[in-house]
Formats: sequence, C-alpha cells, structure tokens
Amino acid sequence: MSFRAVSTIYKYEMLRTWRTLFQSVASPVLSTSLYFVVFGTAIGSRIQAIEGVSYGLFIVPGLIMLAILTQSIANASFGIFFPKFTGAIYEVMSAPISFFEILLGYVGAAASKSFIIGIIILTTANLFVDIQVAHPIWMLTFLILTCISFSLLGFILGLWAKNFEQLQIVPLLIVTPLVFLGGTFYSVNMLPPIWQTITLFNPVLYLVSGFRWSFFEVSDVHVWLSLAVILSFLATCIAIVWWMFKTGYRLKK
Amino acid sequence: MDTIISISNLSKVYANGHQALDDVSLDIKRGEILALLGPNGAGKTTLISTICGLVSPTSGSVTVNGFDIEEDYRQARELIGLVPQELTLSAFESLWHTIDFSRGLFGKPADVPYLEQLLKDLSLFDKKDQEIHMLSGGMKRRVLIAKALSHEPMILFLDEPTAGVDVGLRKDMWKIVHKLRDAGVTIILTTHYIEEAEAIADRVGVINKGKLLLVEDKDNLMQKLGKKQLIIELSEAIRVIPESLASYALVLSKAGNKLTYHYDTTADGTGITTLLQRTREAGLSLKDMQTKQSSLEDIFVDLVEEST
Ligand SMILES: Nc1ncnc2c1ncn2[C@@H]1O[C@H](COP(=O)(O)OP(=O)(O)OP(=O)(O)O)[C@@H](O)[C@H]1O
Ligand SMILES: [Mg+2]
Repeated sequence: MSFRAVSTIYKYEMLRTWRTLFQSVASPVLSTSLYFVVFGTAIGSRIQAIEGVSYGLFIVPGLIMLAILTQSIANASFGIFFPKFTGAIYEVMSAPISFFEILLGYVGAAASKSFIIGIIILTTANLFVDIQVAHPIWMLTFLILTCISFSLLGFILGLWAKNFEQLQIVPLLIVTPLVFLGGTFYSVNMLPPIWQTITLFNPVLYLVSGFRWSFFEVSDVHVWLSLAVILSFLATCIAIVWWMFKTGYRLKK
Repeated sequence: MDTIISISNLSKVYANGHQALDDVSLDIKRGEILALLGPNGAGKTTLISTICGLVSPTSGSVTVNGFDIEEDYRQARELIGLVPQELTLSAFESLWHTIDFSRGLFGKPADVPYLEQLLKDLSLFDKKDQEIHMLSGGMKRRVLIAKALSHEPMILFLDEPTAGVDVGLRKDMWKIVHKLRDAGVTIILTTHYIEEAEAIADRVGVINKGKLLLVEDKDNLMQKLGKKQLIIELSEAIRVIPESLASYALVLSKAGNKLTYHYDTTADGTGITTLLQRTREAGLSLKDMQTKQSSLEDIFVDLVEEST
C-alpha cells in the first residue's frame, strides 16, 4: 500500500476543490438557503407540523441529503472522468499503485468534500431554524456512509461515461427524481397508498428517513432498516467497482 | 551488457479484433538508447503501453529488471517513466503542481531541489507557476518529460518525443537524452524520423504491422544492410555502356557522364578493383569518383516493403 500515492491523489483532488471553491461550496449553500426561504419559511409557515416537527425543521435532513447526494456524484464522477477525457489518466494507470489505492484517493477526496458541504449546510440551516440532533453518532454515521457510497456511485458513473452528456444525464434523469420522490420534503404517510408502496423501492427514502430519525426520532421506516439499506447499497457499489477494476473496465485496453 | 527489459512472445489483439502486436520478443540492454522505428499504426505505442501497464497483453510476458509487469507491477512500474505520444495534461493545474503530483504518485518523498533542477534542465523553471494551458505545445512536450523524470526512473520511454517540435528544440531534446543516458538511464524512444534514430540511438528496432522485423546495433545495421554506391564521373560523356562492363549492372546517368555501381559491403569481394581496371581498358577516362552509404531511411524503406 502506497500511502504517499493515495495522499497525493487525495491532496490534489482537494486542491482542485479549493481552486473551484466558489462553485464547490457556494452553490450548494446558496441553493439550500433558497429552499429554506421558499419551503421552510414562505410555504412552510402554512404547513402544519409533521409528527410534531415543524415543517421548517422537518426538511433540514432532507435538504442536507439532497445536497450531499448530488455533490458526491458530481464530484466523484468529474474527478475520474476529466483525466480520462484529457488522457491524463495514463499517469495514474502507469503508476506503481493498485486500483484500490486509486479508488481510495479519488473517492476519499470526493466523500470528504461532500461531508464538509453537509456540515456547512447544517450550519447554514441552523441560522434559519434551531436544530437539535437527538442521536449525533447515528447522524454522523448516516452522513459519512452516504458520502462514501454516493461518491462510489459517482466514480462508477465517471468510469462508465463516454462523454459529458452521459456524465450529466444520470444525475439529471435518475438521481434528482429519486431524491425528490424520496421523502425529502414530505413524510411518506402524506402520499396516497399506491405511491407509498412505490416509494418503498426508492433507496433514497431509507437514507432520508434514517438521517431524519437521527435528528428528530421521526421516521418513515425503522432506523435499522435504513442502515441495512445504505450498507447494502455501499456493498453493491464496492462490488461493481471491484469488477470494473478487475476487468480494467474502460481504463485498460 | 545485461538486460533490463525482457519481452517474450508478446502479442496484443485489441477488443475489435485488430492484432497490434504479433509475437514480439526483444531484450533491451541496461543503459542503451533504443529507437523503435516504424510507420503509422506499426504498433510502437501499443508495445510501450503494454510495458507500462496501460494495455493488457493478450499473450506473452515482459519483465522489467527481473520483475514481471503483471505480477510484480509495483516494482516494475517504479522504475519506469513514460512520456506519451499525445499531449495529455490536465490544463488548469500549475506546472509545479503537475510534477509534484507525478512524483508523489510514484511514491517518492518530496524533493524540491531535485524538481527545481529538473525544470531548469528542461528550460521550464521560469514557467513553474503558470497553468499548463498557458504553455506552448513544445513546452507541454517538455512538461511531459519533466513529469516522467520527476520520480527519477531507471528507464525512460519517449513515444515520439520530437513530434511537433521545432529543429532547435529537437536538438535540445537529443542533448537531454544523451545526458540521461550518461547518467545511466535506459531510453526507449519511438520515432518516424530516421535521422533521429540515426542521430541518437545505440540500437534500432524496426517494427511494422505488429512484427519486430529486426533489432540491430545502429552501426552494424548500416554496415550489414547498407548497400554502397560507387559513382564514377567520366571526363567525356558516353552514350552506351561498353560491352566489357555489362556484368556490373551499371546505371548510366542521363547526361552520360556518370556511372553508378551498387555493391554490397558484406560480400566477399566488392568487385571495385576489376571494375576500375575494365573501365580503363574500355578506354574511359575518369574525372572523379565517390562512394555513398545508404541512409537508414533506405534500409527502412526496403525492410518495410519486404514485409508487406
Ligand atoms: N484501442 C484500440 N482499439 C483497437 N485498435 C487499436 C487501439 N489502439 C490502437 N489500435 C490499432 O493498433 C495498431 C497499432 O497502433 P499503435 O498506436 O500502437 O501504432 P503506432 O506504431 O504507435 O503508430 P503511430 O506512429 O501512428 O503512433 C493500429 O492499427 C491502431 O489502429
Ligand atoms: Mg504511436
């Protein structure tokens, strides 16, 4: 294991974030603030509390999830897609390191960045509403697991994508709907029964539910079920990445 | 001299069925400059990419300093620096960050003086804080060399190092290559330019359609395969070649004042002595005489034609 190589990839990926600091951090913070103003304050004041939690508070965990999901996918996919696109990936591929080390560097950096953004958004939200975290350890566990697994998903996407269009289409057509239909802005109980059943197939629901439970002890599904789902999602991503590396998928000719 | 890279029966068939390497075997000697010469699509880049781990071989094996490129890839790759054919750089990083990244990626601890000296040697030092996209094509080529050398490799692969580089820079590049060789680095380069191989290589390998046609010491190659020409200039032009000289297959120039004789330097006798004698006997008077060695280019064209 070459820690120096891993930390080099990590460091330069974080440096890239730093270079594009404004779009990396400012835009998720800005859009989250807008959600607060519109949903939390303007509309939220007319919506009654859900299971005893005011609407402004209720959407906080969902908004954080929304941001870190999109950010993880965007960062990790771009991080590996771009060198693949320019051809600069040749250097990483010819370096004396294993695929696992490459993964650790790229996904580690993307996940760290998402985690930082998650914390920043939480802090920003705290300016609008007074947030209490009932189970901080659970909260961090969900946050970290989500950052890692969706960064892995982004990495897979970046390896798979052959062009910029493919790189953008997946987040747009698949991830955004999943996130919006995953109980980010509502409780599943508020949906008609048929939609409640359909929603149960959406993995994002389990993330949002578990994460929300760690704040307010209010959830759509049991917290252990949430944990099981995120862990299986993580395991699936790891299996796919392992297969990709084993076969040199789209990296090695 | 001992072998640093040993390639045995290496073949590569790409996913689309194209055979880019066909049973290539080659031993590269420690400390030499080997030029791989071949037309477009010959398989030069594929060969280099396979050794460097970018292409997986279909069959055959390669060892680098005794380490198998697949089983002991870490030890093998540590020794190698690669300068790719294309200008593949991430545009928005600074030059300094780019080479610092390369060094770290290969597991070497930071060494600012070494990297600074490297940039100075490549006349890039004053550009070190610029972003890559602000550099010219020739500078980018040198940045790629700096990246490859950043981890102090024992072996350097240069895939067409002087493509798109002006004459002055090309000469500089050759100087760099010689300096590296003097420092003990083994260098493998590919080129389309025969003069380049002729100017800097110790050995030349000719590759076409995935087959390694030959590998020879450059000087030997020139001697062994090089036909020589003897050009005889006559004081008075003639219209026909005299009967007595018919067996020499001479070529008469249009103006009728030059006779060209092709001979093989490796043959038992060149036939020059008797030729000259018979020329005199035929009553021709000689004004001047010169011999010409075929260039590597002629040899190369012959070989490639033979193989097609
Ligand atoms: N990824 C690939 N898939 C299929 N065929 C390929 C691939 N890469 C190269 N080839 C083919 O393999 C052959 C050898 O290519 P290669 O790049 O090794 O040639 P080269 O000798 O480096 O040529 P050049 O002098 O133009 O750089 C060519 O016919 C090329 O079209
Ligand atoms: Mg090539």
